[in-house]
Amino acid sequence: MIPIRTTLDNSTTVQYAGLLHQLTMKAKSTVRDIDPQNDLTFLRIRSKKHEIMVAPDKEYLLIVIQNPCE
Amino acid sequence: MEIVYVYVKKRSEFGKQCNFSDRQAELSIDIAPNPELAALYVERNPVDTGIQCSASMSEHEANTERFEMENCGVNHVEGGWPKDVNPLELEQTIRFRKKVEKDENYISTIVQLGSIMEHCIKQNNAIDIYEEYFNDEDDVEVTEEAPSAKTINVFRDPQEIKRTATHLSWHPDGNKKLAVAYSCLNFQRAPMGMSHDSYIWDLENPNQPELALKPPSPLVTLEYNPKDSHVLLGGCYNGQIACWDTRKGSLVAELSTIEFSHQDPVYGTIWLQSKTGTECFSASTDGQVMWWDIRKLSEPTEVVIMDISRKGQLENALGAISLEFESTLPTKFMVGTEQGIVISCNRKAKTPAEKIVCTFSGHHGPIYALQRNPFYPKNFLTVGDWTARIWSEDSRESSIMWTRYHMAYLTDGAWSPVRPAVFFTTKMDGTLDIWDLVFKQCDPALSLKVCDDALFCLRVQDTGCLIACGSQLGTTTLLEVSSSLSTLQRNEKNIASSIFERETRREKILEARHREMRLKEKGKVEGEDDGQKEEEGALDLNELVAKAEEEFFEIVFSELRRKDAEAMKKKPKSVRTSSFEACGRTGL
Repeated sequence: MIPIRTTLDNSTTVQYAGLLHQLTMKAKSTVRDIDPQNDLTFLRIRSKKHEIMVAPDKEYLLIVIQNPCE
Repeated sequence: MEIVYVYVKKRSEFGKQCNFSDRQAELSIDIAPNPELAALYVERNPVDTGIQCSASMSEHEANTERFEMENCGVNHVEGGWPKDVNPLELEQTIRFRKKVEKDENYISTIVQLGSIMEHCIKQNNAIDIYEEYFNDEDDVEVTEEAPSAKTINVFRDPQEIKRTATHLSWHPDGNKKLAVAYSCLNFQRAPMGMSHDSYIWDLENPNQPELALKPPSPLVTLEYNPKDSHVLLGGCYNGQIACWDTRKGSLVAELSTIEFSHQDPVYGTIWLQSKTGTECFSASTDGQVMWWDIRKLSEPTEVVIMDISRKGQLENALGAISLEFESTLPTKFMVGTEQGIVISCNRKAKTPAEKIVCTFSGHHGPIYALQRNPFYPKNFLTVGDWTARIWSEDSRESSIMWTRYHMAYLTDGAWSPVRPAVFFTTKMDGTLDIWDLVFKQCDPALSLKVCDDALFCLRVQDTGCLIACGSQLGTTTLLEVSSSLSTLQRNEKNIASSIFERETRREKILEARHREMRLKEKGKVEGEDDGQKEEEGALDLNELVAKAEEEFFEIVFSELRRKDAEAMKKKPKSVRTSSFEACGRTGL
């Protein structure tokens, strides 16, 4: 996974990209397993500190990390 | 009746080749049914049996082999770049990125993904869906779940010759480590080649101890310094005190000189609250309690002899088996002795005679555990012989509450640090009992069999959820208690304090009555022996017993005589009425 454009530092970007790519693949295959006609459109991971949103595509992946308004 | 078939072979025919042949079936014995036996049985009609039409299954448990785990890290390097681009070269990577950005596919994808993302971001910004909505309503969940505890981990002594785990100590910060002291407490029966080592275990790794501590003689007790988590204090089987610094390694950092140490195994060591954090004291069955400063372990700073006649003689001293010190009451400490007496002492007393404040006796055997209640320091728990007793400092004659006599010796006990009415005890038959005074006072709330061999020691972690217990074969078991036993219940503090106060008051009333009765007796016997007060006490008792016996027999004989006399007089009348009258008059 090669980061094309990022607002974070390189190492963090690489880490996020690598990990989330794998997770997205897994989520996508899960959705497909349950219903082959279905497909993953969006993945949201909410953690204590922030929310990670992933929009997957055939070739590219858009990742946004947002701080929830608490 | 035996069914016997005899095989016969001539001695000269031994070793000959066997020739097998077929022959008719022969009836050896024929046992006909005996209808008389049927008379012993009653026919049951109708018969109730349950049947089920389903696949029959059997359940079987198997324990896997313990696998060895090792933690290691992996270094990731950025990858995925196409072959012609060198990821370390900034120019090439920038050029590649710019190329991709110009790609049409990329642009359209980004636009599309961007719109989806925007929608979600706006959602997030608009409403926080995970907000706590009903914060002011307290969780009034009265969790009526049954108390339970489950074993999380088991740490076995890696040595081949198994030793008893005699003492446990939790690491002061974070409680991720457990220090266990191993020794063989059977006098002179420690097998040859038994290792002296004691271990510090990391809770995450039950396969191997994290650090081995090597003392000159096996450790009977081991304690972490609550101020400095790298320093440990150990009491040895030969009476010496040893000190370790985990940063320096497994060899002893400081060791007390043998001439000035105890003459018996050191059974209790506790760190004191001091500004320097280097003071501690120790107790042993030789009857002495010694104070030390670990910076100078060559000599104890102070020695107190546990002589309850207050004469300071070592010969009369009682051997100390457990030690208690509460940092909120820094001048007082308590010692549990082998003779079953708890001695409460004051460290700041001027003369050795005044050091010993009072004694509490009530156990028949050595007091293996002694601990003040962390919430109500006036009450303390003692564990010894077959019972556990709760005492109040105000009531010196007897304990205020006690458990019934168990089937096995109780070896250790501790209060729960979070719940004032909960305490734990371990027994020689390998069971751990959890007592909840608010719930039930005559039986433990939960009784668990932890292992097959005897449990020797017990330590509760500061959060009150984890308990570690050590057994005779060196196995330390880590248990987690259910949340009902480790969270403070509503109103529990008040209930617990009212229980203790009520029992203390009851004991006081009983004590007062006893004193009154004794005074009355003394008043009666006043004219005689004035000087020998102790003997008088004994005489009084004997006299009382003799008097009671006399009276009893008198009453019995007079009744018998009367009955005979009446029987003689009222012979024609029915026997029933005379015996009824006799019963009525004596009120039997």
